[in-house]
Amino acid sequence: MKKPKVAFYWCASCGGCEEAVVDLGEEILNVVDLVDIVFWPVALDFKIDDLVNLEEGEITTAFINGAIRTSEQHEIVKLLRRKSKFVIAYGSCSCFGGIPGLANLFSANEIVRRVYLETPSTINPENVIPGRGDKFDGSVVSLPKFYDKVKPLDQAIEVDYYLPGCPPPVKLTLEAIKTLLSDTLPERGSVLAPDVALCNECPRKETKPDKIELRAINRPHQVYIDAEKCLLAQGLLCLGIGTRAGCGAACINGNMPCTGCMGPPGNVKDQGAKLISALASIVSSNDEEEIKRILEQIPDPTGTFYKYFLPYSILQGKIKREIENESLENYD
Amino acid sequence: MYDFEPKIVAFFCNWCTYTAADLAGLSRLQYSPCVRVIRLMCSGRIDPQFILEAFSKGADGVLIGGCHPGDCHYQEGNYKALRRYILLKKILKDFGIEEERLRLEWISASEGDKVQKVVNEMVEIIKKLGPVKPEKIIQLEEQTDKMEI
Repeated sequence: MKKPKVAFYWCASCGGCEEAVVDLGEEILNVVDLVDIVFWPVALDFKIDDLVNLEEGEITTAFINGAIRTSEQHEIVKLLRRKSKFVIAYGSCSCFGGIPGLANLFSANEIVRRVYLETPSTINPENVIPGRGDKFDGSVVSLPKFYDKVKPLDQAIEVDYYLPGCPPPVKLTLEAIKTLLSDTLPERGSVLAPDVALCNECPRKETKPDKIELRAINRPHQVYIDAEKCLLAQGLLCLGIGTRAGCGAACINGNMPCTGCMGPPGNVKDQGAKLISALASIVSSNDEEEIKRILEQIPDPTGTFYKYFLPYSILQGKIKREIENESLENYD
Repeated sequence: MYDFEPKIVAFFCNWCTYTAADLAGLSRLQYSPCVRVIRLMCSGRIDPQFILEAFSKGADGVLIGGCHPGDCHYQEGNYKALRRYILLKKILKDFGIEEERLRLEWISASEGDKVQKVVNEMVEIIKKLGPVKPEKIIQLEEQTDKMEI
């Protein structure tokens, strides 16, 4: 019998998701027994032609990690979509935009200018901006287009399943591969992780008080962290209350608060807004000045609550809106 | 500046501010029609997702009306609204939405005149701010940015 074919690809990501695949360890040998890897540019020597030469739908599953930021990434994922039966958005960047998605608080132009002209360590006397068809040795050199916004994978192509995590937990990855090779497929569009909040599987669940009262917000380096007690009750911003379970509470087992990488449970549309709602409501004061003083202790609230989720959130980044039927002359 | 009629979404609590808006109507107090009132049982029911949704769907401002501190029908729903409002305001700036576009007011059932005053004031402020920055203006800015480089 022919083995099912699997492809891996990365877009705007750090490479951690590729590590997560390698982290399967000995289990990867069992996986390789079951499937043929036909495209994995990070680990094995494949070229784009290897992908182009495949039949439409020949790949059983494509695991795509990373968000979509450039036209090159967009083209390859479109190609992968055509060649694959199932596409899995693998990892938080691919599912929600992830940390690269925080760039949506700035325009592409601001980013390029900052990186190539403005940072204190930049030495660029000729003010070269790449990707604008610069001449080099008599020929014109260009780069793929840098999109104005970071997009999660499903804003670029259709996605069948989502496997969040930064990186996705080994256990869930193995389960996903096994599920997809079996006859009983989960409903299309589902997230291949439990649909409950992390607090449900937290080892410190028992120590969570009935009513948590946030009197001060501490950062991990500022306090001695009790390794047994609920982190939120210790005043640390543990985001498990608004984050999907499935990671086995990895950070909490390392005595660090959850940062929300698994994204929200299924009934939440906007993780950041929900976290704001939940955390603000447990601030233990009714006095406006006191509340402000306590909440002032959160450094960079947008970056904290939308760390992995910004391009997938309701506003998707710095707001841009078309005004219908208004011509440009009207704005002066 | 062209003639701009802002859209303001107002979330009013059933027990105080919504009743006050009713009273304003009964007393024939005129206030701007730019406001669209949504009645909720309590200002504590306002999920920050509602507010972001309003902005993403075309609102130029969001007004929250609740009972005065200590007067909440459900003991402390209005305090929860206050805390969420303070925290949400801190992130709106990053999303390119000016602080003045989100406003919280305590208006009791007898303060119909305060509904009139607050709504009219807010419409004036938002008219000065203009619409939430539309895409075309951003594109214009980007063109000028490129010229500088």
